[in-house]
Amino acid sequence: MIISARGLRKDFTVSRKVGRFRRERHVVSAVDGVDLTVERGELLGYIGPNGAGKSTTLKMLTGVLTPSAGEVTVCGLEPVAKRTTLARRIGVVFGQRSQLWWDLPLEDSFALLRHIYRVPEADHAARLKQCSDLLGLDEFRRTPVRQLSLGQRMRGELTAALLHGPEVLFLDEPTIGLDVLSKQAVRSFLGEVDRRGDTTVVLTTHDLADIEKLCRRLVVIDHGRVVHDGTLDELHARYRSRRTIVADLDSPWPEGLTLPGAVVTAVEADARRITLALDGMTAGEVVAALAQAVSLRDLSVQEPNIEDVVAKLYRDES
Amino acid sequence: MAELLDTARVYGRVLRAQVRSQWQYRTSMLLEILGSTVVNGLDIATVFVLFSVTGVLGGFTGTEVLLMTALSAVSFTWGDLVAGSADKLREYVRSGLFDSLLLRPLSALLQLAVITFALRRIGRAVQGLVLYIVALCVADIPWTVERALFAVIVPISGAVFFSSLFVAGATVAFWWIESGELANAFTYGGRDFTSYPSTMYGGWFRDLFTLGLGFGFVAYFPSLVLLGKPDPLGLPTAVAWGSPLVSIIAACLATVVWRFGVRHYRSTGS
Repeated sequence: MIISARGLRKDFTVSRKVGRFRRERHVVSAVDGVDLTVERGELLGYIGPNGAGKSTTLKMLTGVLTPSAGEVTVCGLEPVAKRTTLARRIGVVFGQRSQLWWDLPLEDSFALLRHIYRVPEADHAARLKQCSDLLGLDEFRRTPVRQLSLGQRMRGELTAALLHGPEVLFLDEPTIGLDVLSKQAVRSFLGEVDRRGDTTVVLTTHDLADIEKLCRRLVVIDHGRVVHDGTLDELHARYRSRRTIVADLDSPWPEGLTLPGAVVTAVEADARRITLALDGMTAGEVVAALAQAVSLRDLSVQEPNIEDVVAKLYRDES
Repeated sequence: MAELLDTARVYGRVLRAQVRSQWQYRTSMLLEILGSTVVNGLDIATVFVLFSVTGVLGGFTGTEVLLMTALSAVSFTWGDLVAGSADKLREYVRSGLFDSLLLRPLSALLQLAVITFALRRIGRAVQGLVLYIVALCVADIPWTVERALFAVIVPISGAVFFSSLFVAGATVAFWWIESGELANAFTYGGRDFTSYPSTMYGGWFRDLFTLGLGFGFVAYFPSLVLLGKPDPLGLPTAVAWGSPLVSIIAACLATVVWRFGVRHYRSTGS
């Protein structure tokens, strides 16, 4: 167990102006009793709507914020008390907070980080080469960071976070604002890090493709509390999201016709296009029954959409 | 010891990187150095003009007061060079950039000092040092080995005192972002206070600043030690010799305040 949090809470005092001089102070819990256990080598997706407490949790796990209550250890260390020791053993990419030297060439940042983290030269060179090959850093390693595109900078940040060989990698929205190609580069890189299995990854994201491609385990947080902890499939099962069949027909769908094991959820285009949600039968059985009942022109089977599930989840909880 | 040297080397590298970054904007920086040197030079000229007119200030002769002014200047400018940018902490706290300091395996305070290091302050610091050397030469000092040693230690201790003040003042930003002017009242106010003999001031104000807040131990008491004069206000000479201890206390207090502040960091934004 590399990360453990029990009853983790963070309260902020917010003061609001009431009238001209009076201020009203009240306490808001950004994180409100989170229990979380992460095993070595896991890749965990930590998701939730804006303001749910994702970043605040990450900041408590990395020793940036002091928890208001609860117990937390990362790599067996208490983050705030052992901040500098822990810093050598974790890597962090916070999308909005650069670890790089803005006015210097990218490779200067890497060289500085080698000294800051006291990484032996050979280890540093090997890791840098690995990242460089996977992320294609060579074309812009001599460019000052301020002139890099967001996608290039993010590749630099990822490298910077991994050069000291961290046991845990924390990523706060690493794909936010990136173009499609950069997103894919970051995603496949993280997939590679995950496959090697020696780095535990905790990832917050709003990007559902990140979740589908990367996260075997999902922890969903809302209003500072964990509302789901499990696999993506379990999330689908829990919210009864189903596969659907969309069929184009030669003749209009006969009104009132029902098929066993499927529910008609939409009839469109002069009743020549229908959508069926699978309900207890396989797609094959439903398609066979459908082909007998009507004349089919075209057909597609669609996987449940995580976007819908998450939207549903967020709506439910708020 | 080797460990300590290694750590110092790491900060040295980060500092050099910072200077290299600033060198990218060298024209603007050189102009700033020039500007602040000129402005500061005018400040010093004011002191000379003042002495040429009055002759005696608060019971001290021109060269004696010059020693106090110079000691205050060297202390302040070197403290300013080391920690004067600490007030940048406000921006780091407001933008949440302070996070990135906490994520590295280094002291957040030293990192802040190093990454906000402003090369342009060097002009003033050199000026302060030159003024101090001149003041030591022209003042009527009964030199002994102890006094010579004291003359070397005292500007360092004064710089530590002002650095502590800068840090403690900046730390307020953890609770209250708009804290800049309050801190300036003590840092810049302190510099002005220490530039003249404490005997010039009166009543509770003098006692509060000279003894209560320790400003007397930056320039006034050390100058008396160097000049071999008893304190007209009655502080025993032995205590005046202990001026550097006051800076150590100030540094400890500033560190405590800083640590406490970091625990209250709220890390705004996502």
